[in-house]
Amino acid sequence: MTASPQTAAPPAKQAQFDHRWTPWAFVAPQLLIVAIFFYWPSVQAVTSSFYLEDPFGFGASFVGLDNYREALGSAEYRQIAGFTAFFAATVTALALGLGLLLAVKADAVLRGAGAYKTALISVYAIAPPVVGLIGMMMFDMHIGPFTRAAALIGWDLKVGIDYWDTAIALITVAVWKQIPYNFIFFLSGLQAVPAAVREAARIDATSRWRQFRDVTLPLLAPTAFFLLVINITYALFDTFGIIDVMVKDKPANNPITLVYKVYLDGFKGNDIGGSSAQSVILMVVVATLTLAQFRLIERRVHYG
Amino acid sequence: MRRFRPLDHLILLLGAAFLLAPVLMAFLSSTHAAADIHMNGLYLTPGTEGLATYKKVLTQKGGFTGEVTGARMALNSLILGLGFALGKLIVSMLAAYGLVYFRFRFATPIFWGIFTTLLLPLEVRIMPSYQVMSQLGALNTTWGLIVPLLASATGTFYFRQFFKSVPDELLEAARIDGAGPWRFFAGILVPLSRPMMAAIFIIMFVYGWNQYLWPMLMTTDERFFTLMRGIKTILQVWVGSQIPDYNEAFALAVLAMLPPLGVVIVFQRLFVKGLTESDK
Repeated sequence: MTASPQTAAPPAKQAQFDHRWTPWAFVAPQLLIVAIFFYWPSVQAVTSSFYLEDPFGFGASFVGLDNYREALGSAEYRQIAGFTAFFAATVTALALGLGLLLAVKADAVLRGAGAYKTALISVYAIAPPVVGLIGMMMFDMHIGPFTRAAALIGWDLKVGIDYWDTAIALITVAVWKQIPYNFIFFLSGLQAVPAAVREAARIDATSRWRQFRDVTLPLLAPTAFFLLVINITYALFDTFGIIDVMVKDKPANNPITLVYKVYLDGFKGNDIGGSSAQSVILMVVVATLTLAQFRLIERRVHYG
Repeated sequence: MRRFRPLDHLILLLGAAFLLAPVLMAFLSSTHAAADIHMNGLYLTPGTEGLATYKKVLTQKGGFTGEVTGARMALNSLILGLGFALGKLIVSMLAAYGLVYFRFRFATPIFWGIFTTLLLPLEVRIMPSYQVMSQLGALNTTWGLIVPLLASATGTFYFRQFFKSVPDELLEAARIDGAGPWRFFAGILVPLSRPMMAAIFIIMFVYGWNQYLWPMLMTTDERFFTLMRGIKTILQVWVGSQIPDYNEAFALAVLAMLPPLGVVIVFQRLFVKGLTESDK
């Protein structure tokens, strides 16, 4: 791909002020907030992951890597990690696929394009717990329309009781919430394709499918990679509110994700060391993902 | 010319129905009585109980929590949303200005120190963050709710990108006119950034209004409860009740989603622009 003037990285400033103390005044508020509310807790998470805290608050003893060993060695943790990976993969694949499908169609139609766009974007801003509440009602065992529809084909959907039924409900709701975000980015990616390229593709390609596969998809690849990381991060972290509302503090037989387990062990189970070790494990996962994303953005910025 | 393709419209209509039907159902069901919902399921037609339900949810204490009304929770959500958006705007514009427009020692380590925060979301350090706040005595305070959320440098990242794209000639011209750093910032850069500021303010307002986990941990005092916290509470009250207050839960959900929904629909163009042009 070639660099285009619109997407080329803005050059570093040639003209700058040469003051010695003034810049500190500008960056000071941000630095202070970051130091107190980011670095202090992050360091504390790493530190307490090496300690075993007395549940009654009588100090803590150094236990080395025990908390990590315990977390990674426990069958329950590995089972939840497995579900988290499955959940993230399924949610990402479905939300990306449906978002792309709708974006391609919204880009293709002329009549009503604006109305479709508004309809498909609007639910983006609804908060995860609200989404969870609505999802819970849609899958409610007594009043839920999905449960009633499933009953018509003889499927007794027991969300909140049956593990996999709950998993299906969680995935459906999480995908529902994320489609608009992917739609917004895919549509803006499609609309950035120059008219001349579209016209040439229309003339050359024998079918709409070939046109999509050979021209549109490669041009959307950078957007798709960027969204891939965003969607995985979403499935891992931002679904907390959905899960918390939908499993209603009854995680015993229900599927939960690793972030939810950190919360449960730390705040409900008072296992600060174990919860911190799990936090650190998640930190490594998410930091790796984000670094990969930064490199992709950088490449996208440089090469269009 | 492109032809009219019925299949494209069918797919779009199905997609829109899948996304909007649950929202519509939540709203319409909130206008029916709980007993009717319990008997007939969710509604896609308007009912007659709407006014009474919303009035009760907004004004009656103890409807679900004991001490706060829905109106108070909405006010708290508004304070969180506006406070967060305003704080983010101020802190991140100042920091981005300092980083882009000045040549000074330690600029590079400061840059990395600030942008490392983009690596780790609050959720993974939630437990120690809570402990820090409790040591600072900031539980159940408005600032304790808002300021720690400002620690992520997303806004700074947006403004840094934007300032870097501002032509150098502006600064040179301002200098010839004798403007110092403060005058250049307040007199030229801020007015120039207005569309960008509006877009970021909207995105951040929605983000702040929608916060869930952090307010849930930071506020045990019901006077500080937000609508999101109220949703959690109303569901906990349900356990063991004969006919759950479906209508009130839906009304609360509608109150909680109305402002973000309205903002996104009214400022759609600005919202989409801010979101896609700044990459996250």
